[in-house]
Amino acid sequence: MTQDISSAPRQREPVSRRRFLTATAGVAGAAAAGRAYADTLANVPAREVGEPLSGSSARSQYVAISRIPEAGPGMRNVDPTDAINSKTPLHKLMGSVTPSDLHYERSHAGIPSLDPAKHRLLIHGMAKKSLVLTMDDIKAMPSVSRIAFLECTGNGWENWKSADQNLTVQNTHGLISTHEWTGVPLSFLIDLIGKERSSIWMLAEGGDAAGVARSIPLTDEVMAEAIIAYGQNGEPLRPAHGFPLRLLIPGWEGNLSIKWLRRLKFGDQPFMTRWETARYTQLLANGKARQFQLVQEVNSVITAPSGMMQIKPGYNRITGLAWSGYGAISGVEISTDGGRSWKAAQLNHPVLPKAQARFQMDWVWDGKPTKIVSRSTDDKGNVQPDRKAVIERMGTNALFHYNAQQSWSIDEKGMVRNVLA
Amino acid sequence: MSSLKALLAGSILAGCFTATAFAYDFGRPATPEEIKLWDIDVRPDGKGLPAGSGTVLDGKTIYEENCVACHGVNGQGGIKDRLVGGQGTLTSARPVKTVGSFWPYSTTLFDYVRRAMPYQAPGTLGVDETYAVTAYILSLNGLLPETGKLDKDSLPKVMMPNRDGFIPEPEFRTITNSK
Repeated sequence: MTQDISSAPRQREPVSRRRFLTATAGVAGAAAAGRAYADTLANVPAREVGEPLSGSSARSQYVAISRIPEAGPGMRNVDPTDAINSKTPLHKLMGSVTPSDLHYERSHAGIPSLDPAKHRLLIHGMAKKSLVLTMDDIKAMPSVSRIAFLECTGNGWENWKSADQNLTVQNTHGLISTHEWTGVPLSFLIDLIGKERSSIWMLAEGGDAAGVARSIPLTDEVMAEAIIAYGQNGEPLRPAHGFPLRLLIPGWEGNLSIKWLRRLKFGDQPFMTRWETARYTQLLANGKARQFQLVQEVNSVITAPSGMMQIKPGYNRITGLAWSGYGAISGVEISTDGGRSWKAAQLNHPVLPKAQARFQMDWVWDGKPTKIVSRSTDDKGNVQPDRKAVIERMGTNALFHYNAQQSWSIDEKGMVRNVLA
Repeated sequence: MSSLKALLAGSILAGCFTATAFAYDFGRPATPEEIKLWDIDVRPDGKGLPAGSGTVLDGKTIYEENCVACHGVNGQGGIKDRLVGGQGTLTSARPVKTVGSFWPYSTTLFDYVRRAMPYQAPGTLGVDETYAVTAYILSLNGLLPETGKLDKDSLPKVMMPNRDGFIPEPEFRTITNSK
């Protein structure tokens, strides 16, 4: 078993378990027997009365799980005051929904402490009316809930130029999380103010010190799916994630889902803020930059076994997460021979559009060095590209939108390492 | 039958009124004065730029008081983003993206300084000071003479070297929708 998931609940299917036992009875049977004889129920601590009930549930003292604040590519183990993001521990999560306190964070000027009683949303521009809304107004409106991923457009940026072999999956892919989000459909506000037909771009602006602002194209998809959200995973937004109000555009660059939302302005062209010109654009090899590359592409990563874990020969369950900003994941394939051959992984249901999907596959490692890699496909037919295809299209300076297949190499000792391909 | 028709017409009418009255219950109209307080964005054509002006010379003083600690003397060598130089590096293995080498619009610089800078106290520079520090950063990049001055008419005319360096995604060049 991998070290990091050894205490996780087993979710193997009886059929594959039987098949595996038949296939590897010799090796695995001996190992299991050895462990069993060293163990006895007599050593399990006696039952005892526990702590009194309380107002909230803390994690077990035996569970060490947290995000890690980082700066740019290669700038890890930084002082939190120098960090620009904080990454989700994908290798320690189960299922597909991220706990609220472990959702990745990207903030541009700290986390403001906003009093909801004093917070206001201004909606104006090319519309019949300009409105000021309080949080009470917004919470009184019809609401929707939706499970969706958010991904920082910088997710994966550690591997553009080279692979640091000491990285975990939290370092390489920790800028994605999945939540249930609750709020008012953007379309409701659009109808409320009477947006002009000729308004096709919307500026969304935050109440943080940087006043982060992005122009959002008002496609039918955005108008149908965007949410002005005040809830995450059944509770009010947490300050790091935009309390009391944020925009949520499923499947698109996280930066567009403006936190601490305080202004929506309707216009007829992009406003060309710093973030959509100088910052979140992708510099190609020819020196030109792709702009408004807003959809987070089809992607996946194996979370176990993954970087810095150690596995033993015999049975190993491969598991990971897949997602696409275009729709639902329709399949994930896994290669355990460095991309030469592929097998379909099992998807845990439900598989929701624009949400992370958990995949897994039984594997018997023969103890020889190899590479494992996953490749996802979405229901629009997009297939996660290999690294070569990504670099051919984007060069190595793009910084954002890296969705290449992630390879983990495994050496003869079972050490799992981050490699480019 | 006519009374049924009248009843139906009445209920349809009532339905419309209910929906309209319901919608009006949310929020209050924003006044032009308060919109002006928050309506700070500036477009590349200059729409949104306020009345006022600032000189490169004044901008140097303001920069040295408010910006130099993070962005370095002359916009280079600081602990945060480099603002000057980098021209000719965008196709190299180590591109240097600065205001001069990468930013496509001079108006975005004004917008960004006004909304987000100085980092510790955004919004504390006045309009003239914002024009001035914008002018100074542009002059450091050779885009404005040392005797230069900027206002809402002249700023959008400063043509940035990388103005044509961006390729908008085809799917968002022309946006069509159903409402």
